[in-house]
Amino acid sequence: MIRDLVNAASSWIVPLLILGVPLYAFAAKRIRVYESFIEGAKEGFEIGVRIMPYLVAILVAIGMFRASGAMDWLVWILQPMVAWAGFPVEALPSSLMRSLSGSAAFAMSSEIFKIYGPDSFIGRLVSVIQGSTETTFYIMAVYFGCVAVRKTRYTLAASLITDLSGIVAAFIICSLLF
Amino acid sequence: MNIVWLLLIGAAVITAVFKGTMAEVSNSVFTSATTAIELAIGLVGGMTLFLGLMRVAQDCGLVQVLARALRPVFRFLFPDVPKDHPALGAMAMNFGANMLGLGDAATPFGLKAMQDLQTLNPDKETATDAMAMFVTLHSSSLQLIPVMVISLRAAAGSKNPSEIIVATIFATTVSMAVAIVTSKLFARWYARRREGGAA
Repeated sequence: MIRDLVNAASSWIVPLLILGVPLYAFAAKRIRVYESFIEGAKEGFEIGVRIMPYLVAILVAIGMFRASGAMDWLVWILQPMVAWAGFPVEALPSSLMRSLSGSAAFAMSSEIFKIYGPDSFIGRLVSVIQGSTETTFYIMAVYFGCVAVRKTRYTLAASLITDLSGIVAAFIICSLLF
Repeated sequence: MNIVWLLLIGAAVITAVFKGTMAEVSNSVFTSATTAIELAIGLVGGMTLFLGLMRVAQDCGLVQVLARALRPVFRFLFPDVPKDHPALGAMAMNFGANMLGLGDAATPFGLKAMQDLQTLNPDKETATDAMAMFVTLHSSSLQLIPVMVISLRAAAGSKNPSEIIVATIFATTVSMAVAIVTSKLFARWYARRREGGAA
């Protein structure tokens, strides 16, 4: 039921925004909405071009990292620590992958759903982790890329701590709820 | 970022030597580069649309209304941004779109916000505290209802795909709090270090 509601809401929201905002602007504020829209839209392409070098740099590095299988080593190193905390080791690779690549992490999650079932503890844990963390490296490349900021200072450290806290919080809440 | 970048590539090449996966790594270089450009091009359509829509919303004052509603929160999160600055409006739109799960709309607003924040930046190559806070907040995945995860679960035959919503909201809230505290602490630490260096 909730899912139907969510799905319905997400398909209504965008069309309603695209109708509602210009309609309000035109009717209530007498704005030349078409000209206003074009003026704002002009910047779109430029931003896309500006982020390209940053995206290529980070995605190539991540792509190489993934293809090499280095993730297996990282998992192997972290495994004892994670197992000691009671965290299921099977959920580790997809959790680590989440900061690097959303699509890869989702593919790994699907694999876990297939093996353990989405309604198992591991399946639920993986779901919550994927839902409460982000593709940090992509976000950083795109957001800082579009303003050509190269020195990001503590942003990456703070973001990775945030990702980690999301994983820990997901584990704690899942242990309590499920 | 320099270290992380080299670390990723270094780890890849060293692992490839030991595992014999050099061919895969080599292939991935070009496919990733192409994917990156496709991603950027793919963003352009939505970006153009939503930046246009945002200009309309700005011209008629809707963005400013949203920004004013969030003013108390923003004053705490971004103390360096003047209270009527356009960056606040763009950030408000970005947070709103993210929470509703409209990723395609959120990115254009977020990038607009970064550009507005950049106008306040005295050193154009270095991130300000406001930028760091803004980007770090995204790592907590702001999104309230994880639509993508729910549909993955449904596809895998879950009996109740959306049962994870409450747990996800909890985890997101915790990591959001951590994002705020960590950014604030780092900002203070960096400020102190700079003062120390100057003296």
